[in-house]
Amino acid sequence: MDFGFCLSPSSHVKMDSIDLTTFNRLKETNPDVNTCIACGSCTSTCTAGNFTEMSFRRLLLMLQRGKEDEAKKMIQRCMLCGKCTLVCPRGINIRKILLDITR
Amino acid sequence: MIVEGKKKIWADYQKDIPDDHYFYVRSCIRQAFWPGSEVTFLDITRNKLGKDFYENPYHTTCGGIAYHSDTIPQETAMTIIARQFALMHESGYENYVCSCITSFGCYTETLETWHEYPELEAKIRQYLWDSCKKEFAKPKYLAHASDIIYKFRFEIAKQMKYPLVNVKTGKPLKVVEHIGCHYSKMFPSKGFGGAEYPYVLVGMIEAWGGEVVDYPERRHCCGFGFRQYFVQADRGYSMSNTHKKFESMEPYEPDLIITNCPGCPYFLDRWQYVIAEQTGKTYGKNGYGIPALTYEEVAGLVMGYDPWDLGLQMHQVAIEPLLEKMGIPYDPKRKYQGLNGKDLGQPMCPSCIKSV
Amino acid sequence: MKENILIIGGGAAGMEAATQLKKLGLNPIIVEKSERLGGHIAQWDRLFPAFHPAKDVVEQMLNNVKDVDARLNTEVTDIQRDNNGFHAVLSNKETIDAKAVILATGFDLFKAERKQEYGYGIYNNVITSLELEKFFKEGKDPRINNPKKIGFVHCVGARDVKVGNTYCSKVCCTTALKQACEMKEVFPDAEVYTFYMDLRMFGPGYEDLYLKTQKDFDVKCIRGRVCEVSEDMDGRLVIKAEDTLFGKPLRMTLDLLVLMCSMEKAKSIDKIQQKLGIANNSDGFMQNKDMYLGMNDSKQDGVFVAGTCTAPKSLPDTIGEARSVAVEVFNYINNK
Repeated sequence: MDFGFCLSPSSHVKMDSIDLTTFNRLKETNPDVNTCIACGSCTSTCTAGNFTEMSFRRLLLMLQRGKEDEAKKMIQRCMLCGKCTLVCPRGINIRKILLDITR
Repeated sequence: MIVEGKKKIWADYQKDIPDDHYFYVRSCIRQAFWPGSEVTFLDITRNKLGKDFYENPYHTTCGGIAYHSDTIPQETAMTIIARQFALMHESGYENYVCSCITSFGCYTETLETWHEYPELEAKIRQYLWDSCKKEFAKPKYLAHASDIIYKFRFEIAKQMKYPLVNVKTGKPLKVVEHIGCHYSKMFPSKGFGGAEYPYVLVGMIEAWGGEVVDYPERRHCCGFGFRQYFVQADRGYSMSNTHKKFESMEPYEPDLIITNCPGCPYFLDRWQYVIAEQTGKTYGKNGYGIPALTYEEVAGLVMGYDPWDLGLQMHQVAIEPLLEKMGIPYDPKRKYQGLNGKDLGQPMCPSCIKSV
Repeated sequence: MKENILIIGGGAAGMEAATQLKKLGLNPIIVEKSERLGGHIAQWDRLFPAFHPAKDVVEQMLNNVKDVDARLNTEVTDIQRDNNGFHAVLSNKETIDAKAVILATGFDLFKAERKQEYGYGIYNNVITSLELEKFFKEGKDPRINNPKKIGFVHCVGARDVKVGNTYCSKVCCTTALKQACEMKEVFPDAEVYTFYMDLRMFGPGYEDLYLKTQKDFDVKCIRGRVCEVSEDMDGRLVIKAEDTLFGKPLRMTLDLLVLMCSMEKAKSIDKIQQKLGIANNSDGFMQNKDMYLGMNDSKQDGVFVAGTCTAPKSLPDTIGEARSVAVEVFNYINNK
């Protein structure tokens, strides 16, 4: 029967069942991924981020919240200019991490 | 779960309820949804407990539905409420008892707002005079009708014929209690047990022999939420909230849901059918749903009222398995007969969820 | 002649002030309501930021005061000003005449059950930061049974208008990270999450602890406040919070939830405080003369304050204040 409405999926991130494979793999070779303090320097300086949704800070969170597909889509916006790595106060090797994600 | 911890909180959120002489106001929608509930409430309190409950025929809606749907401003809702209070005063009563949770929330919110903003109260006083030529008055005491049943739950237990016990196993029925949001979420101190662990329905379940189920989504909204149901585009959210609750309570295998709000039993009942229709899933045993009853219906059942006189045929989820568990006799032939014995006709029975 | 200085409270502030006053040639008398000196810190296992055993510090402090006159299990029941200073009556009927009074009465830990939504005292596996510290110290707690997922809630009873505490309790952030690391040490396979509103790493080595928490201990810090806790069929805890940096609500099931309880001014001193005419600030802590040059002075002549009775403080802050109050009292006596 068509009621004109249906069950909507919950917007909650279900931490009990998310897949962290990519993030955990990334963590093994780049322990720095844990050290982001979400200051937003990477995003504010990002050339691509000025015109697209690209945000490395958010990308790291996406991987930790089970949104791997979205993260991989976002990463395509990156132009690998290296400015984010330059400004990161935690010294995270963002450039390497971006390359490792797509590997 | 440490019950002692809950008891400490329950002890902190108690309120005095006057013993007698109440001005009773009905809900707009409950009489259509659950026509037996308010009648049963009045019969129990007046005839079984001997209390004075007065109804004034000039009472109207409290304006809560329009207020929560954003179709009238708060001042209008307050003036409507001031008129109800004036009716109480004219009738010579000072203890105001309402059947509807949203009304209770609106009345509480209004009284608190007047307390904080006396200039607004003065404005409403003027509006009331301009529009109705009525004298402004405030109740000395405001209670929700479930507070009254809570207060007299042990007296009801004394007259109990069918406790909330499975007659076949001798074990207490597992009962989910669901409190209407506007009972105490806005003003925790106005509800028995507060907002996080409300006691008003728990007290009834305990007094009548049942066992309370505390499940993770206990505090979550039933799915009504006014605008998410009224606006068809949002209706899926309404059902999704209900669905969330059922998914959360399912492993506890509850026998019954008891509610104290007009909307909650409606949505907890009807959406079970729609969820079954859409997903094929039912939450009771053997293809049945979980009955979602009002506290008056439950009080009536335990006191031995005839299930069909209580209006339990108005529930989409079949009530019969519960009646059998409790050992309550019923006449299947009377299910769709009016009070005068006239055949009311039978509703269409869906195949996705058992209805008899 | 050695002047008597009455110190109310035998915690870190009281002990350290007594130590210094003794060195300065005065006669400090500590009145402590419990059966031992040491205060809250004596219940602690290790100290942030470097996991230093609390015992080392406490034992040294206790050793320093071993010759100080201390009355245990004793409270000041009445105090009056007279020509010679103060006349105090103790609960053991003894009286003490002192030239000056130091209030070093410290804090009460916020009663976690007041935040009803966290279900402390209702759900078995919700514990307080103090109880976790006792677990580290004593090695056992029936509720801590090889947990696989552990959560920490920051700011319980702090920065919260609903409980009347709008202030930051200062030390709970660092304590949470310290305890999170320690849990990873005890249970290396566990996933540890902290739910914070801001991480306030204000002291030397604290930010390094934060970095270590993230990098070496793999503790996951989520910016968002837990708003609701419930229990599932298996007695595990289901929590709801928002990951505010991600912009989405999240829920997860935990085996243990630790509530980082704030400090509130100790209430047991209220009556004496009133008798001495020391008012509270709007945050409920005692008022000092001013927060810069008069932090140890009260507005009443001869009455001094030190430690967490005036605001939440770390142990180094408290020790610093205890030393400075000793100098203030010394100067006060000499200029009399």
